[in-house]
Amino acid sequence: MTDGLTIYLPRDSAAKALGADEVAAALAREAETRGIELNLIRNGSRGMVWLEPLVEVERDGRRLAYGPVAPSDVPALLDGTLACHGTVEDIPFFARQTRLTFARCGLIDPLDLDAYRAHGGLVGLERAAGMTGAEIVEEVTESGLRGRGGAGFPAGIKWNTVLQAAGPRKYIVCNADEGDSGTFADRMIMEGDPFTLIEGMAIAGLGVGAEQGYVYLRSEYPDAIEVMNAAIRIAREAGVLGADVLGAGRAFDMEVRVGAGAYVCGEETSLLNSLEGKRGVVRAKPPLPAIEGLFGKPTVVNNVLTLATVPVIFEKGAAHYAGLGLGRSKGTMPIQIAGNVARGGLFETAFGMPLGELVHEVAGGTASGRPVKAVQVGGPLGAYMPPEKFDTPFAYEEFDGQGGLIGHAGVVVFDDTADMLALARFAMEFCAVESCGKCTPCRIGAVRGVETLDRIAEGDGAAVDLLADLCETMKDGSLCALGGFTPFPVMSALTHYPDDFAGQKEAAE
Amino acid sequence: MAPHLDREGPLLPILHAVQANLGCVPESAVPVIAKRLNLTAAEVHGVVSFYHDFRKAPAGRHVVKICRAEACQSVGATALTERALERLGIGWGGTTPDGGVTVEPVYCLGLCACGPAAMVDGRVVGRLDEAKLDAILEEARA
Ligand SMILES: Cc1cc2nc3c(=O)[nH]c(=O)nc-3n(C[C@H](O)[C@H](O)[C@H](O)COP(=O)(O)O)c2cc1C
Ligand code: SF4
Ligand code: FES
Ligand code: FES
Repeated sequence: MTDGLTIYLPRDSAAKALGADEVAAALAREAETRGIELNLIRNGSRGMVWLEPLVEVERDGRRLAYGPVAPSDVPALLDGTLACHGTVEDIPFFARQTRLTFARCGLIDPLDLDAYRAHGGLVGLERAAGMTGAEIVEEVTESGLRGRGGAGFPAGIKWNTVLQAAGPRKYIVCNADEGDSGTFADRMIMEGDPFTLIEGMAIAGLGVGAEQGYVYLRSEYPDAIEVMNAAIRIAREAGVLGADVLGAGRAFDMEVRVGAGAYVCGEETSLLNSLEGKRGVVRAKPPLPAIEGLFGKPTVVNNVLTLATVPVIFEKGAAHYAGLGLGRSKGTMPIQIAGNVARGGLFETAFGMPLGELVHEVAGGTASGRPVKAVQVGGPLGAYMPPEKFDTPFAYEEFDGQGGLIGHAGVVVFDDTADMLALARFAMEFCAVESCGKCTPCRIGAVRGVETLDRIAEGDGAAVDLLADLCETMKDGSLCALGGFTPFPVMSALTHYPDDFAGQKEAAE
Repeated sequence: MAPHLDREGPLLPILHAVQANLGCVPESAVPVIAKRLNLTAAEVHGVVSFYHDFRKAPAGRHVVKICRAEACQSVGATALTERALERLGIGWGGTTPDGGVTVEPVYCLGLCACGPAAMVDGRVVGRLDEAKLDAILEEARA
């Protein structure tokens, strides 16, 4: 195989959405015509979505990067005359990252377990296999790793609760519902380095004494479902999963469960109900899922990124991880830069980079070339941040202090054509569509919110106070963050962009 | 249904399997599923109706899901889709009279750095513009 030409072309769905499969077909045709023995590796994405499909051609031991490549570029690509970026590591967007969670993503064929091992895979699990549950949990606690799904709760504390809870039946549930607009890191890791997630879940299982794991994966991600299922089969055949994990004498196995298109099922208790085959209604807490979770048993519920970061913590040590970051936000965050940006994609960096640096220097400003008007950070429940707040460091407490949240670290950029009233209305509409129906302020309040915003749009200035009151009621009277946080995008839009709420009648006068 | 009965929490996998086979979860399937799982029909119905994915009737020959969420809005998804729906003469969730295509809203496909995004019968499409979307809808109806 090494005699032929080795080419890497992502199978990641963003690359596919931009024509990767068509490029693969063109490559196969052209190689055949030229009598070249083509070794085409469908890797994960290196995360530079604006360059997808990004093709890497192996020459003299280096992987030279080209992109975006169209099928018509293939002859020039094989001639070596297509404009080249150098190696991926030469590209500034990539060079300034600190990749831990995503270290392997895009380097290898996601389903090649040998390549996974060759790039540091399973070192963490092997180490954990020689530790007691308490030692494993202690390592996670010391790393300072916090939940990447939104709330930022310390993973070690959650794991310890499950470890202390009475067994024998316990579960590891991976939250792969990734419903937030502007986020795709879970999808990328599942499509590009699924063994990392499997390894992280296995370490969690050994740590807390759980033998069964579930990945609750949204139905909107058919490619990720396919890769995860295949990876679990391969891991099981290789003894990474099963009755005797890596020969450690302890059992752990897992399976994928597919969601059914409900945003609220990303909320952990709603997710557990859904896994049990019920309506995805939010449960009141307490009891905590760590004590009474899936089927009433002690359950770790963690986001994909939280679990996928565990292996590198065990590989490099908790101190290494905790040595990065800002304040209580330890380690790195795979930030997803999306929306109207020149350079969108996945950017993993230590916590603490100012938002403005991300938007302007890393992402290169808007794709349209127009001024940035607003940035929504943290998904549909996150605040709109105006440029005046761009010095806010990307970290949990720092965003909280500015009335925002980092959530799952999606950064969505809008240019000056954005209509903030329309976006506020959308936030209310989304809440109304996705409400689980349990609380009146969320279920009914969101519908009223849409009506109130329509009145404001028609020039009814008095409705602005009504909107503020309604938001207060939703904040105070909602059981979960869907109803409770929808006021953040709405009120931040109203507060920072009052002109957009001045009403069309008045504006026309 | 049989392969799922021994699993923990089998209802969602069963509903997905039914819809994969029949194109929807028909009302008539509800009591059958309920009986096998020892649930009431009302319970099963409650679950089916909770989730956006499960349809009462089969969709058109092709399903085009278009992302309505914020990142796609930031690159013009709203105007793009309004125009397309108008040209098809249907609303969100509607099917063209020829039964060719159903257009459904979706809230994020994880393609937020290459929006506007859509999924055509499970195949992802990024950076939609008028020409691309028209071509997709034409092809779907052909
Ligand atoms: C409406 C709503 C939607 C949520 N969606 C997700 C999601 O898609 N993925 C996720 O990991 N967490 C989501 N969460 C947060 C989860 O409830 C929970 O905090 C998380 O899964 C815990 O894992 P972590 O500690 O690793 O973040 C959501 C919360 C709410 C209120
Ligand atoms: S706030 Fe909304 S989504 Fe959350 S529990 Fe209440 S009704 Fe359900
Ligand atoms: S549960 Fe009834 S209002 Fe919240
Ligand atoms: S917002 Fe449209 S794909 Fe994520």
